[in-house]
Amino acid sequence: MSRVLVGVKRVIDYAVKIRVKPDKSGVVTEGVKHSMNPFDEIAVEEAVKMKEKKLASEVVAVSVGPAQAQEVLRTALAMGADRGIHIEVTGKDYDLLQPIHVSKILAKLAQDEKADLVILGKQAIDDDCNQTAQMTAALLDWPQATYASKVEKTADGLTVVREIDGGLETIKTTVPAVISADLRLNTPRYATLPNIMKAKKKPIKKVAPKDLGVDTTPRIEIVSVEDPPVRQAGSILPDVDTLLGKLRDGGHIK
Amino acid sequence: MFARYSSSIARSVQLRRFQSTLVLAEHSNDVLNPVTASAVTAAKRLGGDVTVLVAGTKVGPVAEAAAKLDGVAKVLVAEGDVFKGLLAESVTPLVLATQNQFKFTHIVAGASAFGKAVLPRIAAKLDVSPVSDIIDIKSADTFVRTIYAGNAIQTIKSKDPVKVITVRGTNFEPAASSGSGTVEKAPEGDFKSVSTEFVSQELTKSDRPSLTAAKIIVSGGRGMKSGDNFEMLYDLADKWGAAVGASRAAVDAGFVPNDLQIGQTGKIVAPELYVAVGISGAIQHLAGMKDSKTIVAINKDPEAPIFQVADYGLVADLFKVVPEMNEKC
Repeated sequence: MSRVLVGVKRVIDYAVKIRVKPDKSGVVTEGVKHSMNPFDEIAVEEAVKMKEKKLASEVVAVSVGPAQAQEVLRTALAMGADRGIHIEVTGKDYDLLQPIHVSKILAKLAQDEKADLVILGKQAIDDDCNQTAQMTAALLDWPQATYASKVEKTADGLTVVREIDGGLETIKTTVPAVISADLRLNTPRYATLPNIMKAKKKPIKKVAPKDLGVDTTPRIEIVSVEDPPVRQAGSILPDVDTLLGKLRDGGHIK
Repeated sequence: MFARYSSSIARSVQLRRFQSTLVLAEHSNDVLNPVTASAVTAAKRLGGDVTVLVAGTKVGPVAEAAAKLDGVAKVLVAEGDVFKGLLAESVTPLVLATQNQFKFTHIVAGASAFGKAVLPRIAAKLDVSPVSDIIDIKSADTFVRTIYAGNAIQTIKSKDPVKVITVRGTNFEPAASSGSGTVEKAPEGDFKSVSTEFVSQELTKSDRPSLTAAKIIVSGGRGMKSGDNFEMLYDLADKWGAAVGASRAAVDAGFVPNDLQIGQTGKIVAPELYVAVGISGAIQHLAGMKDSKTIVAINKDPEAPIFQVADYGLVADLFKVVPEMNEKC
């Protein structure tokens, strides 16, 4: 029986149209709807499924961030995680926190908690980095199964189907391992009200990065955050002939 | 003011002199992936020497192709069965051994599934913070990338000694094949992965151009209603020599395979012409195609957000309009 560590990040909700701050220092986060990073919901679902199949004995959810990160931990607990660990990082430190810092935290926790599997989302939809799982695997010297769309336990490890550019790829890895979840891995469940109530009683441990011996000194400086260029408004055409005419005139088609 | 300006020039010249970049080549079946040629262009812009590392089971032709890329001084070749499937667990120690010998200031790869899987692993081993999917280079340490599904442009300055970077292929013109680099052997070592084994690949077979290289893309969404209905998009694509893409909704509904997905979490494309058929234009989809030169939207909902980025729109039933286009093309 094994222990699964699952990383969850609190991000601006995927449906929100973000706004860049006038001083170009970042995007507006105050008063904006946040939720669990969609890829992390998939990671939690996969971990909980493993527990239901008796492949895992315990699911530990971890989140790094300000006090509100506890909200996404509660969501993970309501989905079926057993307990939570909140690594508190706030203010400027959090603005400049990078996957390298998070992966060091996760790697240390994976060792301290004697995890056999770390499951993370393939990317956070705010920074769009797509790095943390790979870096966590590197720091632990564990194999990585990135962009997983199917994970199966075998006698001596895992068989993982990965989403790659031209199609799919199957690899075998030993455990312990780090998995990053792609969209097609599963469909996350909704937390039911009784489970949300139960989740309130599950423990969340609060830890500081320095308790884990992780240095969160910034590795980057944000020079600016700006709006992307706006596209010129186009025109609505009356029919197919006009459209094809425009495309021929533009040299796009013959 | 003037003094400050000239000192910054002096510094950038000094920076330039000591740059050296390793580009990790991506290839399959003896063909160099075009994203590598784009990565070489980015590497040239960093200044200094450009070296390309080609690893694989059999890489002769690919190494030759890499040596011809304009701006490449040297190609390092690592050949062996251990590189089957180009697993991150075997490529990483090879790159570390190469880095140990040559001390590059930058390590670069295309932001493809391969580059995205491998470079962060290398960066963690070097204890540096990687920079993903850059769209521009301001200087040897300052890069531009998008965040929030392309809805904000972030410029960051890296403080790390080695810059590990993936490059968005559509933002850097591929290097031409007019160069003449030398081919040498990469450092040797035991790079066999003990933890991971490549089993198989199931690649989507198609005679159409690949999505990331196509000049024209015809893309279908939930409005296509079924996989069978995609046939009319394939027909249109074949008439135009185009690739076929899809929105996440169309992939999730099982109309087409996953690798056709365009968007924040699928492929990022920037063709000359992008035709979105039955696609509403969610933020996540726009992230993958809004840098296309010309965008056409065909949708029966005049309020669909796709019309806000489209150069030409047809508010019409796609099941009437697409067959008509097929007939008239």
